[in-house]
Amino acid sequence: MKTYARESAADRKWLKRFYIMLFAVMAFTGFGQMPIFKRYYIADVPGLGWSADYYKTHYIHYVGAALLLGLLAYWMVDYLLTGRREFRLTGSAYVRIALLAGIVITGIFRVLKNLPDVVFSPGFTMFIDIAHLGFMMVYLMAALIFLIFRSGWTQGIDD
Amino acid sequence: MTTSISRRTFLKGGLAAAGAIAASSLPLPAAVKGETGQELATLIDIRKCIGCEACVEACKEANAAKFPEPEKPFPKMYPSRVKVSDWSDKREVMDRLTPYNWVFIQEARVTVNGKEETYTFPRRCMHCQNPPCADLCPWGAARKLKNGITRIDADICLGGAKCEKVCPWHIPQRQTGVGLYLDILPGLAGNGVMYKCDRCYNRLEAGKLPACIEVCPENVQKIGPRAEIIKEAHAIAKEINGYIYGEKENGGTNTIYVSPVPFKDLNRAIEKGPGRPHLKPVSDAMAHADNLAKAMVIAPIAGIAAAAGKFYAASKKRGQHEEGRK
Repeated sequence: MKTYARESAADRKWLKRFYIMLFAVMAFTGFGQMPIFKRYYIADVPGLGWSADYYKTHYIHYVGAALLLGLLAYWMVDYLLTGRREFRLTGSAYVRIALLAGIVITGIFRVLKNLPDVVFSPGFTMFIDIAHLGFMMVYLMAALIFLIFRSGWTQGIDD
Repeated sequence: MTTSISRRTFLKGGLAAAGAIAASSLPLPAAVKGETGQELATLIDIRKCIGCEACVEACKEANAAKFPEPEKPFPKMYPSRVKVSDWSDKREVMDRLTPYNWVFIQEARVTVNGKEETYTFPRRCMHCQNPPCADLCPWGAARKLKNGITRIDADICLGGAKCEKVCPWHIPQRQTGVGLYLDILPGLAGNGVMYKCDRCYNRLEAGKLPACIEVCPENVQKIGPRAEIIKEAHAIAKEINGYIYGEKENGGTNTIYVSPVPFKDLNRAIEKGPGRPHLKPVSDAMAHADNLAKAMVIAPIAGIAAAAGKFYAASKKRGQHEEGRK
């Protein structure tokens, strides 16, 4: 039994690194949707010229969103099938999950909005646009606070 | 050119007024009023346009209350590379798009069958069916309405000009010193408000035609349900052996031009640059978003399958392990 737990732990560590990297890309390309990278010289950093191209950052953000949706779905089902017998989610994990849900749901509506023939009301359009950014800002702040207080996602079942 | 100017002067005073009276007396079908929520498009038959600029003047008059009244001096913006866009002292400019001029007349001198001919036609926002300006606006200030209008809400826009950059025709124009950014961090974020044709959304709501359509003495423009407009455009194109622009551009727009001359010839002949849009073929700017949206449906399914597969493999392995111990 321990062997499988160890294998799972190794997988999870690798996936966690991937998640952090993916989240950083999503945050960067997401903030790049605002007209700030050119203004604040970020696009002038050698190798970051592409970050001022809204279509490029949007494309990367979409690819990242697909990967993130895949990863979150994998984690959700993996937790329900295996993980919950091996570890417990911490309180901060539930906060993160709630904020992630906010980001994902508003993100899905943003994707829907961008499809042809989908027209939302002006008020709802503004709400999802601002809420998507708002959830992300709160998530980043929460992640920083949890990092300072060393509150991870999981704790052992016997802890 | 002299001929066209004298013609313009004459028409401004006479025909334009007559056209306005005639058009305003026509009852508007419910669909055109925007009551049905149907997507409306405009048809621009460039053969009819005489370049009188009555539409330009009518637009300025009808939308004067929406024009920016910036506060001066403008707040200093940081970093210093951020440029001020100020058209408030050049409100009379009519030969390009500005925050105070939402439609202008473009002129093309082309040679048709060895004969030089001049075509004029109104240019403004194309009102795309899937507008990248509205899709990519970070605040939801630019949005598409159900009746096919793409509108920028001047009360919400921060003037970042992203819409201008992502628009295949670079239509929206910025005015500094006005709008919401002044109340947030005027030095550090935003730079005014973006302005462009809103196809007289308020006039449509009130059961009136857009000003440029109503005033035109030559009935160059027509508004109606998109399907009908497309049908009519094709009928005209067939009749004159002509060309259509706007039906497929950027995945489809709600401004359909019909011309007896190929648009590539017109594009070559027109003056292009800031505030003066081209007439090139335009591929669908949001096509990537449509395709990747499909990937976003598949990705979670793949994730679920991977987790289930892992669980199944682990259970099988565990079963074999326990079997071996027995």
